[in-house]
Amino acid sequence: MSTSSPLDPSAAPDPAAHGEHGGHPNFTLTGFVIFLLSESVIFLAFFSGYTALKLSATAWLPSGVEGLEWQTPLINSVVLVSSSGTIALAEWFKHRGSLWGFRAFWLLTMAMGAYFLLGQAQEWRSLSFGFTDGTFGGTFYLLTGFHGLHVATGILLMALMLLKSFLPGNYDGGEQGVVATSLFWHFVDVIWILLFLLLYVWR
Amino acid sequence: MTVLTPTSPSPSPPKSSPPTWLRYFSFCTDAKVIGIQYVVLSFVFFLIGGFLAMVMRGELLTPAADLVDRTVYNGLYTMHGTIMLFLFTFPVLNGFNNLLIPVMIGAPDMAFPRLNALAFWMFPVFGLVLIASFFVPGGPASAGWWSYPPISVQNPLGHLINGESLWILAVALSGISSILGALNFVTTILRMRAPGMGLFRMPIFCWTALAAQTIQLIGLPALTGGAVMLLLDLTVGTTFYDPTGGGDPVLYQHFFWFYSHPAVYVIILPVFGIFSELFPVYARKPLFGYPFVAIASFVIVGLGLIVWVHHMFPSGVSQWMRDLFMVTTMLIAVPTGVKVFAWLGTLWGGKLKLTTPMLFALGGLINFVFAGITGIMLATVPIDIHVNNTYFVVGHFHYVIYGAAVMGIFAAIYHWFPKFTGRMPYEGLGKLHCLLTFVGANLNFLPMHPLGLMGMPRRVSSYDPEFAFWNVLASLGAFLLGVSIIPFLLNMVSSVVRGEPAGANPWRAIGLEWLLPSPPPIENFEDHVPTVISAPYGYGTGKPLVEHQGEIELALALLEGRA
Repeated sequence: MSTSSPLDPSAAPDPAAHGEHGGHPNFTLTGFVIFLLSESVIFLAFFSGYTALKLSATAWLPSGVEGLEWQTPLINSVVLVSSSGTIALAEWFKHRGSLWGFRAFWLLTMAMGAYFLLGQAQEWRSLSFGFTDGTFGGTFYLLTGFHGLHVATGILLMALMLLKSFLPGNYDGGEQGVVATSLFWHFVDVIWILLFLLLYVWR
Repeated sequence: MTVLTPTSPSPSPPKSSPPTWLRYFSFCTDAKVIGIQYVVLSFVFFLIGGFLAMVMRGELLTPAADLVDRTVYNGLYTMHGTIMLFLFTFPVLNGFNNLLIPVMIGAPDMAFPRLNALAFWMFPVFGLVLIASFFVPGGPASAGWWSYPPISVQNPLGHLINGESLWILAVALSGISSILGALNFVTTILRMRAPGMGLFRMPIFCWTALAAQTIQLIGLPALTGGAVMLLLDLTVGTTFYDPTGGGDPVLYQHFFWFYSHPAVYVIILPVFGIFSELFPVYARKPLFGYPFVAIASFVIVGLGLIVWVHHMFPSGVSQWMRDLFMVTTMLIAVPTGVKVFAWLGTLWGGKLKLTTPMLFALGGLINFVFAGITGIMLATVPIDIHVNNTYFVVGHFHYVIYGAAVMGIFAAIYHWFPKFTGRMPYEGLGKLHCLLTFVGANLNFLPMHPLGLMGMPRRVSSYDPEFAFWNVLASLGAFLLGVSIIPFLLNMVSSVVRGEPAGANPWRAIGLEWLLPSPPPIENFEDHVPTVISAPYGYGTGKPLVEHQGEIELALALLEGRA
């Protein structure tokens, strides 16, 4: 993009750039990627806050708390991270033109996300400390809660895209919403890996 | 609607249609309407924030606290700072982004027009939330515009809805609105430029807008994260910033300044852009060192993200941090200096035309250089610790924000007013406004430097009588600034109603926006976007900016009945 703009008539026309709005160019993906980069800074802020508080703490765990159980969360994590694979499969089916394959794997991804959320809720219920129990409790619920909010958003976005897949002709010109949702889902997974390392692996 | 594929430029540019005033109160997705909505509404808040400043300077006329209660005074400076930054400066600059970016790069509108309108309509909402905090029990937020804990997490009355929680809500909403705006501006600049307009043929204003909006995208989420934790501490009872629960109040300062220092560059970078646009026009010379000025914007972004601890030198940070951030802060002077010398190089030997916008830009430049020098002083750790929390800091900051940024904003308003209204502003009133602003700003903010060096703390409503002389001078300057708004408002209103018709290019400026009728039609060039064939600011070179420039100019002249 150094000397000629993407709108240069000599450049090859970009089909994705001409979306549904009456021929107005559609830059949803560009905007969405920028949004994700910006969103990652909030997590970065929370991560660095957590690290700073943990490093400077004299007594990190509240009295009577042993630490976090990690086996069940690990299983949940494996489910969530593998859902990045199933969503990629769903996209591959859509690319091949198989809408039913797309819907099946898309639905599977949603189910895996929901399984993760339920596991998270169960873990919260079994814990002996609350949100206001020192910085340990505060950061734990803040980080997992904020991430869980993103998982829930991702499932809602997927539900929306699934409904849209039943509108005839909706995916004919390529669907930026599906790509964007899938990017969002990968983003949520990568954040979780970092979160898991920070919360459960780092003692 | 037409696909944005340029064809040969039409010999007759599209006619402009006068918009009805009702559009300014609707969810209109036209960037030019949104731009004017931003600018006008931000000036409403400018008057409110300015009124609070007048009350404060009235209080400081005498050493005793005799005009307002001390608690009220705490609310006054908190709300003055918050309103001026979040409800005036950022929105007015977003107004300029909306007005100028599409016409400067030849785009019909923003990349996401509906998102754009949504971002705008959040502005009156968070504006009302902030103003409403004056009327809740306990009054508005009083912890200063930094909102540092532990002061900001005090809630003696125990209400869930209090001044501080409304403050955090307003700032968070403002942040979301700004992020939505930034997504739009960045995408528009990167993807919707006219054919032939590579990045290095882009007007400097677009470069600085791109740089400033990059900061918004990187910095604002951090502030929002920190503010969420503050709100939780205040309302839920978490202890992120409370040492009794293992928290750390300095952590908030890191979050706050990681964004709020670069936020100053979000403000000043577009003003640098305005200077870079105006000096070539009124000196009739190309911008000196264009690529260096363009790149310097991004050097400022990069460095600006690693200087924030200079606000925290006395906050118990380690010595290596102080040393490191002192050096990075001083390094900022290098790209900034590059720009200042580029402007001087542009002015040098030029045929200066001292119109109102040019006078505002020159005044802003002078004030900026002064602010830059005190900025280097403040970056030095021993000086900073000596003058920390004194009026020296207040003086430095207001030289940047009022002396340079607000004067630059006025320069832009006078310069592009004819383009977007189709009418000329009055020169006499404009020059009076400029004189009052320049004298008022210097009379108001210069005395703050000796006051700070003498040791007068900021944020106090009473002071030792030895500080009275400089305070009286500062207050007189403040009242002069208050008066300076009258000729401005008179000028704007009467020029819109009965100013002389401006024509497409009253300043004989070079740029895509000046190849459009005034005011530009709704979709700007529509599908007749001209192909850019040379670098911007070709003053005195005789090189045309776009293909078929002669035909376009002739068509504009025919449209105005000049030819």
